[in-house]
Amino acid sequence: MSRISVEEVRHVALLARLELSDDELAVLSGELSALLDHVEQIRRLDTSGVPPTAHPLPMRNVLREDEPRPGLSAAEALAAAPAVEDGRYSVPSILGDEP
Amino acid sequence: MSERGAPGGATSVRGIAAAVRSREATASSVVEETLERISAMDGELHCFHTVMAKEALASARALDATIAAGRDPGPLAGVPVALKDNICTKGTTTSCSSKILENWVPPYDATVVERLRDAGAVVVGKTNLDEFAMGSSTENSAFGPTRNPWDASRVPGGSSGGSAAAVAAGLVPLAYGSDTGGSIRQPASFCGIVGLKPTYGGVSRYGLVAFASSLDQIGPFACTVEDATLGLLAVAGHDPRDSTSIDREVEPLLDSLGGGVGGLRVGLIEEFAADVAPSCSGAARAAADALAAAGAKVGEVSIPEVRHGLPAYYVIAPAEASSNLARYDGVRYGLRVDAGDARTMNLRTRGAGFGAEVRRRIMIGTYALSAGYYDAYYGQAQRVRTLVVRAFERAYEDFDVLLAPMTPSEAFELGAKTANPLDMYVSDLCAVPSNLAGHPAMSVPFALGESGLPVGVQVLAPALREAAMLRAAAALEAAAPPGVRGPVKLAAAPAGAASDGGGE
Repeated sequence: MSRISVEEVRHVALLARLELSDDELAVLSGELSALLDHVEQIRRLDTSGVPPTAHPLPMRNVLREDEPRPGLSAAEALAAAPAVEDGRYSVPSILGDEP
Repeated sequence: MSERGAPGGATSVRGIAAAVRSREATASSVVEETLERISAMDGELHCFHTVMAKEALASARALDATIAAGRDPGPLAGVPVALKDNICTKGTTTSCSSKILENWVPPYDATVVERLRDAGAVVVGKTNLDEFAMGSSTENSAFGPTRNPWDASRVPGGSSGGSAAAVAAGLVPLAYGSDTGGSIRQPASFCGIVGLKPTYGGVSRYGLVAFASSLDQIGPFACTVEDATLGLLAVAGHDPRDSTSIDREVEPLLDSLGGGVGGLRVGLIEEFAADVAPSCSGAARAAADALAAAGAKVGEVSIPEVRHGLPAYYVIAPAEASSNLARYDGVRYGLRVDAGDARTMNLRTRGAGFGAEVRRRIMIGTYALSAGYYDAYYGQAQRVRTLVVRAFERAYEDFDVLLAPMTPSEAFELGAKTANPLDMYVSDLCAVPSNLAGHPAMSVPFALGESGLPVGVQVLAPALREAAMLRAAAALEAAAPPGVRGPVKLAAAPAGAASDGGGE
């Protein structure tokens, strides 16, 4: 039995911004279902009253004075970009046809 | 050993640094010999993505000038080191073994790289890994697998397989990897060397390409406990650029190594014995006996919660990864597959740039964090993480360090676990609880398995108790039978098969 259908996998792939073929979606449906079966053993544990651990250390926010300090120059920051225009990152149209 | 060592005959971190500092050898000669060795041996093993010959020779010459001028060249003077290719090196490609970062050149160095240079170490190259450190065999590299120097038909483990194999093959005496769910310790076990995951926050993650930020730690590989300790000390300590870095002075750990285990309370974790090969559980038991014979107070301890570690890890790590890897969007760096609109560009870039395992993890993580499933999966895994932490706390009321098998098996054949992702995930069974708890843990070579391949034993300790962990590890190393640890004696590759080391 599949815990996660091909249609659900298709939806998650869109959320994750991964273009996948129908064959890849079908394979992932099986693989994700098998992993969720494995995870089922901890879903059944009684954890009522147990706080979550997001981080292994008892961390507090680490703040510093808001003072200027050296960073990358614009040219250094842009050096690895796939497309640059007028000292900025260049991207295809963002608004328009999207649902 | 002199044919593979520094001109003075030294092959260890300590020995090379001593020879260079005392002018018995020059850093240049050490580095030249290292580069020749890599060139002769790495064609078959494929430990390296990039060999930084020019930069390494320039650094070595600068060190020799420093020494000639009478200035201190640093504690690791002239020691050649290799870095996993997810540790950023300014001006040198840092690919993460991914097509999406194939030609990415970072504009800055990771903190560990700065610290190694300050210590006088010479970075000679960047090593192969499973793509974005996701895997346990180094087969998930977009640029081909690394082979185990003990047996080239076997994997070196992963994800830091290139670094582990480079040390095991004697190409370098010291290398660094990252350990999110065993990625230092498991390949160390498979390659018969020492691999150490420090306490979370003990080594700066600044410049380590993020996989799962609450679990990732950088740590060293070396052939001996002492060399691994020197490697840890060179990079450990507070870094204001990593907000999770612990602001606390690093202990002088070298003193611990000769301390012996008299009176040390050592607990052998019972739970994994049923899940691992007899050679692996047998090695852990033999290690417990050896520490008892050396004066430790040894007992067994049941920590049932460690068995929840793997399923909790395989929710938490992919969840964090799916968030961290959202940055690869084809805009600021890395691959872009063009399209008429931004969303299609994002979809195509990520679909084409990530390999199968990375896509799988992103999908698991996105699902576990998505509306309607967040609490059932991610929330529950975080609560189970608390149960694992509490279980360790209880065990450490009675014990100073714990022992466990490191891996479920010795190094497996290439291709043996690639068909079923869950088979591969089980490789991390004994390793992940320490990542969830943020505790230090290490693998020490201690036995040979059924196929004559090395098997490590895992030493675990509470947060910031590296000193106790290293006392036990040094005692295990002293008690280990001969022939269980690298470097392996390798025959040079036939002429013409040598790699130029420059490409994938």
